[in-house]
Amino acid sequence: MEIKKGIAVSPGIAIAKALIIDSEDYRIPRRSISPSQRMTEIQRARNAFKDAVGELTRLEVAQDKTDEGKIKDIFAVHLRFLRDRSLRKKITDLVHSESVTAEYAVSATMREIASHFTKEKDPYMRERAADIYDIERRVLRQLLGKKREDVEHLTEEVAVVARELSPTETAGFDRKFVKGLATDAGGRTSHTAIVARSLGIPAVVALENLTDDITGADVVIIDGNRGIVIVKPDEQTIRQYQEYEREFVALEHKLDAIREKPAVTRDGIRITLLGNIEFPEEAESVLQKGGEGIGLYRTEFLYLNTKREPTEEDHYQAYAETIGVFKHRPVIIRTVDLGADKYTQSKRFAPEPNPFLGLRSIRFCLQNLMMFKTQLHAILRASVLGKVKIMFPLITNIQEVMQSKLILRDVMEDLDEESVAYDKNVQIGIMIETPSAALTAATLARDVDFFSIGTNDLTQYTLAVDRGNELVSTLYSAADPAVLRLIRTVIQDAHKAQIDLNVCGEMASEPEYIVLLLGMGVRTISLAPPMIPEIKQIIRSVTMEDCNNVARKILGMNSERQISNYLRDATRKILPEVF
Amino acid sequence: MDGRGLTVQIGEDRLERVVCQMEVEIKNADGLHMRPAMQFVDIASTFECDIIISNSENSVDGKSIMQMSMLAATCGTKLKIRAEGADAQQAVDALRKLVEEKMFDEPPPKKNKTKNVKT
Repeated sequence: MEIKKGIAVSPGIAIAKALIIDSEDYRIPRRSISPSQRMTEIQRARNAFKDAVGELTRLEVAQDKTDEGKIKDIFAVHLRFLRDRSLRKKITDLVHSESVTAEYAVSATMREIASHFTKEKDPYMRERAADIYDIERRVLRQLLGKKREDVEHLTEEVAVVARELSPTETAGFDRKFVKGLATDAGGRTSHTAIVARSLGIPAVVALENLTDDITGADVVIIDGNRGIVIVKPDEQTIRQYQEYEREFVALEHKLDAIREKPAVTRDGIRITLLGNIEFPEEAESVLQKGGEGIGLYRTEFLYLNTKREPTEEDHYQAYAETIGVFKHRPVIIRTVDLGADKYTQSKRFAPEPNPFLGLRSIRFCLQNLMMFKTQLHAILRASVLGKVKIMFPLITNIQEVMQSKLILRDVMEDLDEESVAYDKNVQIGIMIETPSAALTAATLARDVDFFSIGTNDLTQYTLAVDRGNELVSTLYSAADPAVLRLIRTVIQDAHKAQIDLNVCGEMASEPEYIVLLLGMGVRTISLAPPMIPEIKQIIRSVTMEDCNNVARKILGMNSERQISNYLRDATRKILPEVF
Repeated sequence: MDGRGLTVQIGEDRLERVVCQMEVEIKNADGLHMRPAMQFVDIASTFECDIIISNSENSVDGKSIMQMSMLAATCGTKLKIRAEGADAQQAVDALRKLVEEKMFDEPPPKKNKTKNVKT
């Protein structure tokens, strides 16, 4: 049993067999075989080695004769490994003694050897592990061939363990079988975390070297509440966690019971709770959890989830499906937010030294008008189906607002010419997620119908902290006085201009911040669907007077630590049952 | 330091078992990584005798690249070569030459240690 500490990013507990995904998506389940099958598996392993040697020999021969020898040496070394009798014996012995498949024996043995290297102090030696993984893959390719299994064709419950997962990979998971996620890399607000939360899968990230210490099919516990992963837990630990799991599910049910009740403070102030979604399929879960509409529809996942560029019709279908769930309740569609950490499959993104300060989001759209207009065309077409609002992300100045609106008007004219119906009064809003937008909110408010404060990016850009970088992620906090002052400015300017305002960042789904946000004047909150009941519970147990007092106190404070501590104590005092 | 202390032990002499033992030191900068391990194994494999290589913790088969590379012997590490069989003497000599004289055709460490750090 080994306990690993990471960052909890999505609540819940999963107890399942580990499915390790490396960059090639190999899935090596531990599958037991009957003793009579052992000879067959041993023969399969031998053949795989023989075929791998054959393949490698052909590759070696094909190598350029003038090559300086580096690549040739690599081939030669790998060939020696494949021919190494003691290595083969180790593998066939494992098949024999444990009655497991050839695939599993190869993977387990090679990973054990690799872990030997990763423990070395010398960095050069440590990197030799990569050679072992390479050899492992070559042999596995022979064994799995067309039978290669991947995450898309799961048939049993697993906990996915990976070095790193792209949002696309995470989004493709089948919720029925993927019970938990654990990754070596990542931070609290990485997109993997966001997607895991919205899918309701427990997840822990920033585990550093988990993948080195785990073998496929090891039982693993992912504790998304405490940020702990336990590899090969003992019986007692499993029982203990099964108990936690039951308690957690019971609590969830209890919270679900307040679904039908409105989000009203004890002194009668009505709060609107909306859901953040990536896919139309999630719209239903927003309703189920008691959400009253969509406050943030992240449409870029249309691009991330498919192999080809989505067509206008693809956009339309996705929007129509989502709007259909909510009918006349609001659905705020954010135009694509690509670039920085989210890319399309197409090669239109040139590598940038500073992607978060580069061509991303609305900037990217304004330079790729065809793509932008395609999306706007689809949104407008879908706008007659319900109450659609359009939102532009990452606005930094008034010109971007004007330009975006101009393009929207162009598309409206196109629709007029095509005699296609659309909502002529569709509301237009912007994300306030850069310090420049927050500081000029009073000006921006004149030209839009609503603001949505994106606290993740606003925090990142205000504090100059990469939210995904574990080395500095402790500096990332929405409780920083600089961030809170910007948020207050935006709220005040929105009120003065009498436009709608909502908060849609991670901050809005953290229980500790709710009291503060309400006290600062926020009345609409958009959050990950699984968090809606808990946040509603909190709203229903506070008075606005409490909230105002907390906000007043905090806005006078000058340090992040002071604010965090005060916030924790205050919330605990007001809501003893939640913490 | 030079590993010159050659000790030849003529064993119990059944079936001409010659046992040869010697300590060598890894002298090339990058240590016994994959390619040197390959050279070592290739030379060891040309001999009939059994070859066992030991560091302070483990003893491995000198003809297995997997086992040899897992020693992860860095520059300055001392290894004990033990050969047992008719051509044990020749094997030990050849291996010592590879490790200490030819240094696997690789450079020794630079004076002011500039390691190739990943950027």
